[in-house]
Amino acid sequence: MKIGIMVSEGPYNHQASDTAYLFARTAIEKGHKVPRVFFYHDGVNNSTKLTEPPQDDRHVVNRWSKLAEDHGVDLVVCVAAGMRRGIKDEILAPGFRISGLGQLVEAGIQCDRLVTFGD
Amino acid sequence: MSDMMDDMEGGEGVVKKFMFVNRKAPHGTVYALEGLEVVLISAAFDQDVSMVFTDDGVYELIKGMNTKGIEVKDFSKTYRALEGYDIEKLYVEKASMDARGLSEDDLIVDVTVLDSAEMASLMAEQDVVISF
Amino acid sequence: MLHIVNKSATERNSLESCLRMATKGSAVLLIEDAVYAATQGSEAAAKIQSAMADLQIYALGPDMEARGMAGRVLDGVKLVDYGGFVDLVTEHSTCQSWL
Repeated sequence: MKIGIMVSEGPYNHQASDTAYLFARTAIEKGHKVPRVFFYHDGVNNSTKLTEPPQDDRHVVNRWSKLAEDHGVDLVVCVAAGMRRGIKDEILAPGFRISGLGQLVEAGIQCDRLVTFGD
Repeated sequence: MSDMMDDMEGGEGVVKKFMFVNRKAPHGTVYALEGLEVVLISAAFDQDVSMVFTDDGVYELIKGMNTKGIEVKDFSKTYRALEGYDIEKLYVEKASMDARGLSEDDLIVDVTVLDSAEMASLMAEQDVVISF
Repeated sequence: MLHIVNKSATERNSLESCLRMATKGSAVLLIEDAVYAATQGSEAAAKIQSAMADLQIYALGPDMEARGMAGRVLDGVKLVDYGGFVDLVTEHSTCQSWL
């Protein structure tokens, strides 16, 4: 089954991105496809390579990048929400790309399920 | 909002029932404004779109907002423009209005008022539910 | 339909709204801070117990354990792991997050 995901909160402040990641990873392990994760609202802050958590903490951004690399998950950062918050191409972590809100609606149309993780 | 109208490929004739659920008041957080931006974009995909306002979401539709003093964008008039995008299914939960001392006359657009059971049935028949 | 609630019932009204608008036979999954509602002695416990007549109530086990609440789960609430979460999403035709 194709499961699309929307993440609406930034990393660390909220558990939303952690839950979304664990859900996505597990879905893939179970043989489902996660074609796209769409980052909206403060969720766009999950995409910056400038993120440097302490050594003993999980690296939320790198985890998403690895999921994209290993499983071809399309990590899309909303352009309008990103621009409001200073997220630009030059600071994107690997696997992320900036695009329009249409990508969220398209995920809703093309996936069998769309699951939202937020506050 | 037109700066986002760039990526519109790929619906392939599928029409799904999309419901956008608004449960948060405007201005205190950005969800109402950015939620509305998604709804406007969705219009370009020719889907069967409904907007639902429950809980504090009903405050998004109050007439007579003036945001000058807080220096943020007044987007409440955009709700009136939804009709021009063929987004005409706006639903408000009666219990949410009642709990806030509001009636249809207080709202900036025409809506359909549903009781909680009717709202529940409407939600249950959707294909995609996106909450803000 | 699968309803997903992630906020503490003693902080926000999302659980209450969800229960008001969930149709008979729907599933409700409590995750993150919402899991406290499904513990013995909590203010929301009575609501969860009466909701169980019409709804299937699930809670995410790892969130329960992370919060030290695994020993206090209400009878009748089914604990699932992330795999169970995925299954619930695929078994129901639509899911709604009560943000």
